[in-house]
Amino acid sequence: MPYIPHTPEQTQEMLKVVGVESLEALFQDIPASMRPKSFNLPPGMSERAVCARLEELARANKTDVVSFLGGGFYDHHIPAIVDALSSRGEFLTAYTPYQAEASQGTLQAIFEYQTAVSRLLDMDCANASVYDGGSALFEACMMAVRATKRSRIVVDESLSPIYRTMLATYTTNLQLELATVPHGGGVSDMQALLAAIDDKTAAVVVQNPTFFGTIHDYTALFAQAKAKGAVSVLTCYPVLQSILKTPGQMGADVAVAEGQSLGLPLSFGGPYLGIMTCTREIVRQMPGRIVGRTVDHQGRTGYVLTLQAREQHIRRAKATSNICSNQALCAFRAYVTLCVLGPQGLARMAEDAVDKAHYAAARLAALPGVRLLSDAPFGNEFAVVLPRNAHEVVDKCASRGLVPGFPLGGYFAGMDNVLLVACTEKTSREQIGHLAEMVGGLL
Amino acid sequence: MKTIFAKSIPGRQGLMPDAPAAPAAAHLPQDLLRPAAPRLPEVSELDVMRHVSELSRRNFGVDTNFYPLGSCTMKYNPRFMEHVASLDGFTKLHPLMAQLRGAGHFTQGALEVMYETEQLLCEITGMAAFTLHPMAGAHGELTGVMCIAAYHRDKGNKKTKVICPDSAHGTNPATAALAGYDVVNIASVDGMIDPEHLENALDDDVAAVMMTCPNTLGLFERHLERIVALTHAKDALLYYDGANLNAILGKMRVGDVGFDVVHLNLHKTFATPHGAGGPGAGPVGVAERLTPFLPVSRVVKLKDGRLFLDYDYPKSIGYMAPFYGNFGVVLKAYAYILRQGREGLTRVSEYAVLNANYMRKRLESHVEIPHDRLCMHEFVASAVAQAKQGVKALDVAKALLDKGHHAPTVYFPLIVKECLMFEPTETESRETMDQFVDDLIEILSLAGTDPAFLQHAPHTTPVGRLDETKAARDMVLTDDA
Repeated sequence: MPYIPHTPEQTQEMLKVVGVESLEALFQDIPASMRPKSFNLPPGMSERAVCARLEELARANKTDVVSFLGGGFYDHHIPAIVDALSSRGEFLTAYTPYQAEASQGTLQAIFEYQTAVSRLLDMDCANASVYDGGSALFEACMMAVRATKRSRIVVDESLSPIYRTMLATYTTNLQLELATVPHGGGVSDMQALLAAIDDKTAAVVVQNPTFFGTIHDYTALFAQAKAKGAVSVLTCYPVLQSILKTPGQMGADVAVAEGQSLGLPLSFGGPYLGIMTCTREIVRQMPGRIVGRTVDHQGRTGYVLTLQAREQHIRRAKATSNICSNQALCAFRAYVTLCVLGPQGLARMAEDAVDKAHYAAARLAALPGVRLLSDAPFGNEFAVVLPRNAHEVVDKCASRGLVPGFPLGGYFAGMDNVLLVACTEKTSREQIGHLAEMVGGLL
Repeated sequence: MKTIFAKSIPGRQGLMPDAPAAPAAAHLPQDLLRPAAPRLPEVSELDVMRHVSELSRRNFGVDTNFYPLGSCTMKYNPRFMEHVASLDGFTKLHPLMAQLRGAGHFTQGALEVMYETEQLLCEITGMAAFTLHPMAGAHGELTGVMCIAAYHRDKGNKKTKVICPDSAHGTNPATAALAGYDVVNIASVDGMIDPEHLENALDDDVAAVMMTCPNTLGLFERHLERIVALTHAKDALLYYDGANLNAILGKMRVGDVGFDVVHLNLHKTFATPHGAGGPGAGPVGVAERLTPFLPVSRVVKLKDGRLFLDYDYPKSIGYMAPFYGNFGVVLKAYAYILRQGREGLTRVSEYAVLNANYMRKRLESHVEIPHDRLCMHEFVASAVAQAKQGVKALDVAKALLDKGHHAPTVYFPLIVKECLMFEPTETESRETMDQFVDDLIEILSLAGTDPAFLQHAPHTTPVGRLDETKAARDMVLTDDA
């Protein structure tokens, strides 16, 4: 009996204590009419047999390709210490730290995580994570709606189309207006964004770098939002945030991010990490777990979950969100990553990725008929216009073991020839050479 | 214990990636760059190792302590599942790879895991189809209620309310509100949903009834068949909060009984670790009439056996997750189900229920058990008698920490005074439970002889009882404040 410790004798003794004849008799409250019509599952398998099956499935995925896929999710190096520490059972198998005295390790780690991401994004405070960058963005919008009691959300189209779709899904049943401001040729259209903010606007939502990889300064936009009484929401890329002008410096009220790049594997889409930070003024609107520092009766420093009166288990229908379990272990991985890399290490990782991307952009733009989508500054990712359909180019390259990027035609009308190309510090110049040669050979 | 920031030494370096060939300033205008580096800790790798290891010693987990936390299913998490989920073929897979037209064959293994897991969950619950997108139980609730909203919208129904019994998890009403519904509470009678109360509340505006069965008292709902009939008679849908599936595996399938939507907490029933609050995964199963509304994408198998992601569902509610849910967590559940198989999963429930009833019987003469009948995988006790002696449920909980046990859930459900809610789970041995019960009996007896000792518990943890009021008032949320 896998993972069940009872001997047959113990089972009988315990049944006797309970006062029933058999294990089946424990279920006498479920009437016969409610018993399963079938339960046709395969028989159990040994650990070795399941392992063989899963290894076979893992091999059926092709992960040895050279890939320039990004789109907000990046293949950064994960320091070995991250796996080592996050697999310690005291963190891995713990529950939400409701009994604070027995969970000071988790609580202090979360407090330090909050500190680290607040400093990275230059914001006042952070929660202990939500599901992913997209749900963090939705929750940020809801913070703005509650704080302003307004219902219009202005969204830059150069924001990730995946997040825009999530936002549309989540707001379907709510009385909210999503006003999308068209991108200006692969960059944020600053004039149109400024013009879109009116007295009914709850939030203005932008991304830095944009989905196209371009980097902007939204200071003026956020000042305009403030003047109109709206909340500024910025979603950013935490690795690059070690070198870029920060959400805090630009005057964002809420800054969110997908934390996958900080020590989490790509893992086919999850689990990822929603990083969520804000100014002190708006913190009571922030959903999810937040840890605060306090003292015990002897004056010793300790940590507790705080501001819980906002949460579902207390406020039920009036809670700031329905979030219960979150991504605490993912936040823990990001925390260890930030600690072990430190400011210098993280900046190096970011600068190396940016340098590689600029090399790749130069190599591709030198090919006949190829140009960059925009001439705006960019970080570790950029969009190039090819003289032919990008999907076809990707298909041909993929069959030779190289994925040159992500074709944008499926997400943006008129962009069938546009390819989004990402680099990280793991990308080599040699790989970039192959990329340029292979794409060049197909044009 | 100092924070890592207090241990920071300017100039000390941890892990250093390779240096870039050129600095960012060579590629980006100065005014887009950050003027000063973020004040992250400057520590060595060993500093991090020692600091975090010290933190770990200040924590309880299932690996270190018994965790009979009712409503939370804190069972042993076999390390084998961690092993399979960390195989390179899964962790290195970029999610966008599956969306490349010509590269779908690069992800066949992952798609097969998803496809098979959906099939297995359908068979386990009796539902017609599953989505793996929801990233947690409460996220599954939101997905399910949004499918319900889409169903009613599609039928032209104007329904504005969702009924949540008072024994429901707090996430249920919060979810209904987040999905745009008004929440109607109904009171339990004798620990059960009262069909008359339900009938009175069930008008034509009700879109759904959200219920947990066995409920949060650990009891099977006796009026389930009537509840299903009453709800469906009003064209309302019935939602099953599957957080308690550990009690009924192989004994009841929610689809067979008439539920329209169910979410499962893979991290509870299917043994993936809680990670101090996540990540989890909350797949949602629906009855046939709700399948058009499930989130996209959906995994589809072609006649030749190839799998692909299909986005062509015009009535779909859309994207609940950026990609395909918490795939890494799904993998662990998949491996767990394969390990257990039909007999194994049935045994999970049999022993979860046996353990809960065994503990209940051993405790019944020492503490009040408000509904002292056969329970399912958990049961509720009440420290009302001890409270008269000055010892609250919270004091009992804290004293248990001193004994090396995690406390049961306290003050939930809200409908039982001085509530203590126990869930031992099937992986705990009789010896562990006996030790826990003996310790608990000793603590309960101290209520009559030395209440002050319990009121000041815990005594052996790294810190004593913490001032939560001060934490909320002062709001020290980072090391800078």
